[in-house]
Amino acid sequence: MAEVIKKATREGYGSGLIKLGKKYDDFIVMDADLAAATKSGAFKKEFPDRFYNCGIAEQNMMSIAAGVAATGKKVFASSFAMFAIGRAFEQIRNSIGYPHLNVKICATHAGISVGEDGATHQCNEDIALMRTIPGMVIINPADAVEAEKAVEAVYDLEGPSYIRLGRLAVPVIFDDDYKFEIGKAVTLKEGNDVTIIATGLMVAEALEAYELLKADGINARIINMATIKPLDKEAVLTAAKETGVIVTAEEHSVVGGLGSAVADLVTSEYPVPVIKVAMQDAYGKSGPAATLLDEYGFRGKDIAAAAKRAIALKK
Amino acid sequence: MDSLTEKTLKQVACKVRMGIIEGTHAAKAGHPGGSLSCADILTYLYFEHMNIDPKNPKMEGRDRFVLSKGHAAPALYATLAQRGFFSTDLIKTLRKPDSILQGHPDMKHIPGVDMSTGSLGQGISCAVGMALSAKHFGEDYRVYTVLGDGESEEGQVWEAAMFAANKKLDNLVAFLDLNNLQIDGTVEEVNSPKPLDKKFEAFNWHVIIIDGHDFAAIEAALNEAKTVKGKPTAIIANTVKGKGVSFMENQVNWHGVAPNDEQAAAAMDELNKQLEALK
Repeated sequence: MAEVIKKATREGYGSGLIKLGKKYDDFIVMDADLAAATKSGAFKKEFPDRFYNCGIAEQNMMSIAAGVAATGKKVFASSFAMFAIGRAFEQIRNSIGYPHLNVKICATHAGISVGEDGATHQCNEDIALMRTIPGMVIINPADAVEAEKAVEAVYDLEGPSYIRLGRLAVPVIFDDDYKFEIGKAVTLKEGNDVTIIATGLMVAEALEAYELLKADGINARIINMATIKPLDKEAVLTAAKETGVIVTAEEHSVVGGLGSAVADLVTSEYPVPVIKVAMQDAYGKSGPAATLLDEYGFRGKDIAAAAKRAIALKK
Repeated sequence: MDSLTEKTLKQVACKVRMGIIEGTHAAKAGHPGGSLSCADILTYLYFEHMNIDPKNPKMEGRDRFVLSKGHAAPALYATLAQRGFFSTDLIKTLRKPDSILQGHPDMKHIPGVDMSTGSLGQGISCAVGMALSAKHFGEDYRVYTVLGDGESEEGQVWEAAMFAANKKLDNLVAFLDLNNLQIDGTVEEVNSPKPLDKKFEAFNWHVIIIDGHDFAAIEAALNEAKTVKGKPTAIIANTVKGKGVSFMENQVNWHGVAPNDEQAAAAMDELNKQLEALK
């Protein structure tokens, strides 16, 4: 078996920004004193004159970004998900979302895979929060390749967007020639017994679940749902019709994330059971990321178990 | 400032105040007090100072204005209408379901509104972003914003103030509309942000204190601000909440209540007399 290369999605943010920086000079990048960690610092190193540090003031940063966008310029703004999305939610809602401004929010350290910093820094709520903002595009890349392509894709987007990125190095799934398209789900494995719709670092886990299920004679369909809003409705409804049950997998609260988005859609348009593999309604804690992912049930085996429970619900 | 210019500005400001009364009266809601207090500042900015074109609201290189105290929307709308950005007939549609004139400024639908505001403390940051954009992309327009004294209780105001000074945004001017009242009482009773001049000085801004109803003083302050290099300017404008309508002046209960028919008629009568006196 080939060696698995691991890279954090935040690395894709840094490299994506640099790629864009080499091509265009009509945008700026902002951070709130976390440039080294979010990897906006990689851009800063390359293009110091096009980077602005807002200091530890995320609310101000989001409204400043709105002001920049209101003058017709493009702007990326980054921090940790907890502070970019959690702390500055209302600024994003009112200064960026309501006027539909062209601000590209790229926040890292989402989910419990933050690890040792513990519950105050483990943002499990960001997808839910951003889903409530009309017109907000939400992308949760599965690996560093997809992250870089998502960063390049949002450059061309008019309007607000949020790319959710991680701290932890996760398996690289995609080749460099992978074509990323906002709003398009990618079927990674075909199967008709159950559909597993995964996002972010759970995509690699879903691929592991695929193998586990296959060993038990179950053919799972694996879908990478990088774009959570706008949701690829067709991919979800086709899966509902063809496989009859859906499992969602995300490193996010069970409340309001990908699982909720999928359930919201199928309950009204083609009701089938949906089982969510997600952070239960609880806070995380300090510990190595791998230990936490084991403990809170974010592994391939947890997804496989959920898939079996889902299949048992088939009529 | 010559006397003719001053007289003309006073006439315009009087019409802006009439628009504030007409709008809030028709809407049966809105914020007349804090609109009336900043009417002279807005009048001067839009009629004398800013590089704008009512026929081309999105003109490239125009000066920008952000009403950080977004609840003073009736003053902004009345000013924009007087300046010709849209018909004065629209003023009576304020806050109505089919009107473009939202309760708080909406840049997507209202000609001349450069930024959507309403949630206090955010507008100044947006203005800072515009000033940063001008500097970064080598454009020479200037950015103006008006904040309330109550608004400056928001922590974000000070985040914005810190950043603007740190990045030496000398193309930014923030007016502080110091009318001393906020919805729950006097600023002293509620949670005084004073002394605002000392605070902005401490945040490395150039500070000018004026009478916010004196056009010559507003003009002098804005001209001084243009000469300041390496620092944003805060113009602390001492104002009277409800200015121009005797029974609304310095009355906290006129923060967010619309005049009824009788009160609106009395206010319009007062303002008409003021306008007559200026002819």
